[in-house]
Amino acid sequence: MHSSSPSSPAVGSGLRALSIAAAAVMAVALRLVFFYAPLDADQGFLQKIFYLHVPLAIVALCGFVAAALMAIMHLRTRDARWDMRSYVAIHMSLIFAVATLITGSIWARGSWGHWWVWSEPTLVSFLIVFLLYATYQPLRFAIEDPDRQARYASVFAITAGAFVPMNFIAVRLSTAYLHPRVLGSTSNLPPRMALTFIVSLLAMALLYATLCGCELTAKRTRAQLRALRRLADARAGAGEDGDPQSRRSRSAAPSMPAAGTLAAPAPRGGL
Amino acid sequence: MRRTVAALLRKELLIELRSWQSVPGMSLFALTTFVVFHFALNRSRVDGDLAAGILWVTLLFAAILGVNRLFVADAEEGGFDGFLLAPVDRGAMLLAKALALLLYLVALELVAVPAFALLLLGPTLGGTLPSLAGVLALGDLGVAVIGTLVAALAVRTRARDLLGPLLALPLMVPIVIAGSRASSPLLALRGGEPAARWLATLGLYDLLFGLIAYALFDFLLED
Repeated sequence: MHSSSPSSPAVGSGLRALSIAAAAVMAVALRLVFFYAPLDADQGFLQKIFYLHVPLAIVALCGFVAAALMAIMHLRTRDARWDMRSYVAIHMSLIFAVATLITGSIWARGSWGHWWVWSEPTLVSFLIVFLLYATYQPLRFAIEDPDRQARYASVFAITAGAFVPMNFIAVRLSTAYLHPRVLGSTSNLPPRMALTFIVSLLAMALLYATLCGCELTAKRTRAQLRALRRLADARAGAGEDGDPQSRRSRSAAPSMPAAGTLAAPAPRGGL
Repeated sequence: MRRTVAALLRKELLIELRSWQSVPGMSLFALTTFVVFHFALNRSRVDGDLAAGILWVTLLFAAILGVNRLFVADAEEGGFDGFLLAPVDRGAMLLAKALALLLYLVALELVAVPAFALLLLGPTLGGTLPSLAGVLALGDLGVAVIGTLVAALAVRTRARDLLGPLLALPLMVPIVIAGSRASSPLLALRGGEPAARWLATLGLYDLLFGLIAYALFDFLLED
């Protein structure tokens, strides 16, 4: 709470370094994908989508699991910032998951001739995980009390985070291996492909971190702006509209769990 | 703890016995769904994978009805407040509610499985009935645990009738996978035994979700 205002410039410069690193590594990764990695013997140029699809999937899943860990931190410390981080991680992972489903679908169409293949367990598991996490925001939105919203969202995030690996195991068990899984792991890739893949994965992880950082900063700035505006309103029309009432009516939106706590020190310091 | 669970379970069953708001609805829903499947699939007799799928889908959706009603009385009539005022372990409520839901599911299956055998199932359910009961029991355990957690999560939201099923169904997909694969050979024309890995999957999933629900349930009951 105390560190919120001194830490915001530090977050800004860290974010700048992170964005530059993400852009640089992404450029290197793209160059490796198109000019360094050899063409696949079976699939040819189509196989290049592997360097996009698999890192997206891995980063999205790691994001879901990380969100569960942040939710555990939130339930242990009751610090609303952990809830905010968990929210942002799930939000970003959801976007990455949509991208994974789309690229996976394109790849399936290109290599097997169908837009959707039930015999590919990873893709099917991803759909189930996506369907589960798609209820995260409606759940938040349906709870008005900000404190309970944060708590219930954390319970959901932990449950769903634990569900991710279990679901993958169950779906993989259910699938007979119709398609050989040559691209399942990096161990049987040729070294040039493996290097490209690892750089692509790193680039995707940096992109994810950068986007999360941007969203967190934006949310924090918006909360501070709202606190300042509320303070200005309170000074202009002294006591005309009750402060706690206006705060409560505003925080029904799902994405403002930290607004109340971040805003709290500002009026206290000002008044 | 045991006395608290027993008292809470007794309360649940008493309410159900006096108001009959869960089990009859769930059973009737299951029967209607079998009729719907008969016409939708245009089949009079099913077996194997198809039979297992119909049975599990029907039981799952009927279970969702019970899940949706599980905490409504507590949320609306002040049952949560009364429970929180009592100096007892909060995990007792999870255990009691999950046991109540499990009993509802068993009651549902006592109606739905004979009806399914009568209405739709091709092969007769003679020697495979004990194995099928075992598979269903393992599945029920998981459905009861997940259903209780999800019901507690959804009941005090504005859109609980919508959020309950939306949260529960993806979480129950692994149960459907393992349950229907395990019961498919039991319902086949040439009967067989379920593969051990499906039973192990069901048991493991029940165990893990039981632990998760037990660890997290307290946080849903704080205010």
